[in-house]
Amino acid sequence: MDATGSGDLLHRAVAAKPPLWLLAELTYRCPLHCAFCSNPVDYTQYSKELGTDEWIRVFREARAMGAVQLGFSGGEPLVRDDLTELVAAAHDLGFYTNLITSGVGLTPQRAEALKKAGLDHIQLSFQDSSRELNDFLSSTKTFDLKQRVARTIKDLGYPMVLNCVMHRYNLPHVGRIIEMAESMEADFLELANVQYYGWAWRNREMLMPTRAALATAEAVVDEHRPRLDGRMKILWVVPDYAEGKPKPCMAGWASVFLVVAPDGVALPCHSARMLPGLDFPSVRDHSIREIWQESPAFGAYRGTGWMSSTCQSCEDKEKDHGGCRCQAFLLTGDAAATDPVCPKSPQHAEVEAMVAAAVDPREVSAPIRFVPGARRAGELVFRTDANARG
Amino acid sequence: MTTPWTDSAQPSLGTMYRLQWEDAQQCHVLLFPEGMIKLNGPAAEILKRCDGKTSVAALVIDLETTFGEADLRADVIEFLEQAHGRHWIR
Repeated sequence: MDATGSGDLLHRAVAAKPPLWLLAELTYRCPLHCAFCSNPVDYTQYSKELGTDEWIRVFREARAMGAVQLGFSGGEPLVRDDLTELVAAAHDLGFYTNLITSGVGLTPQRAEALKKAGLDHIQLSFQDSSRELNDFLSSTKTFDLKQRVARTIKDLGYPMVLNCVMHRYNLPHVGRIIEMAESMEADFLELANVQYYGWAWRNREMLMPTRAALATAEAVVDEHRPRLDGRMKILWVVPDYAEGKPKPCMAGWASVFLVVAPDGVALPCHSARMLPGLDFPSVRDHSIREIWQESPAFGAYRGTGWMSSTCQSCEDKEKDHGGCRCQAFLLTGDAAATDPVCPKSPQHAEVEAMVAAAVDPREVSAPIRFVPGARRAGELVFRTDANARG
Repeated sequence: MTTPWTDSAQPSLGTMYRLQWEDAQQCHVLLFPEGMIKLNGPAAEILKRCDGKTSVAALVIDLETTFGEADLRADVIEFLEQAHGRHWIR
């Protein structure tokens, strides 16, 4: 096809700006089993983790290219015994270091050692303001522990971001979630409306909120904002399915964001590994510079040359980059399609139908009851090793 | 309303911010959780001196001496007010 042929040339012609953000997914191991986890649904296949020296080489190479932010993520990064060593290396290289954690394993001793190593900031996840729902959604007894960990983080003087993934179950609690974050003295509260990838995609029918629930919750957020001005900033991550507005995913494919998965595979985002036809290179075989600048997979959706005619003719193409490639693939089977959350997409009606099918949480029949080790609760599938093996 | 900066005030960077030179950007940047702000020359020169020990008066004199310019006080105060409004300094 003509479009594909000229597209390939264009890919190569788009000069890559350096990556600014390196997300180091140190491990897919995690003590939690969140039903909305963004890790791959087959994560147990990628268990051969990079070693300490390999990670430090990745940090050095990314830093040399100009990366400034380094996120330690996972899974749960605290399950790695070498985390403090990795943070120290990253800090010495001049990265601003961010730990993205469930809090499990963050003892006061460990938090202090990480501080000494140069850790700049901690993002702590919460599932809800209630013990009942927090423990149910993560399928672990972690609510009380997270409360203690938040105290530890603040006592050590870290900037703290609380992150709460928002969905059908907890949107009605948003006011209490804000009050909880406030009482914990969080600097930022990220109300991350669930994005449908990984386990969240698998559970999308159960997690999808109604438009009314979203509107009510957003109004509550707006009510609290002025009161909290200067103390705690609230970030409301746009629920793109309901809003019908494509997000500028990762600020553009392989534009500023680089993920290295636990097994060393380099990706332009958390979930790109599932996209067919792209051979994502491993840091075990290639330098970060080669991967970023020369690999066809990273070049595949840079710039605008790959776009469908719908996106090509759109005045917002430089702003939203056509939305999300993974979402386009999940919803249409074609990663180069216009993101179907966009009203201009020929497949937008499917997204509309999914949103319209959402029900009020009070009408959900399955009881919210934490059962240790459960693989499912009604239709909800928890992220577990057994479920990942299929 | 924020209190105006007096000559004896000693501004310092907010605890979550770090100022550093970035070769790749060819400018100073302010880093904070998951973000980066590129600074222009004058902004970087002022923020570099916000060390919690230098008074506003000394900061102005230092800038005037270093760059051989006079009457920088009003510009510096205006920038400090903006930076404070964005929580970069306290």
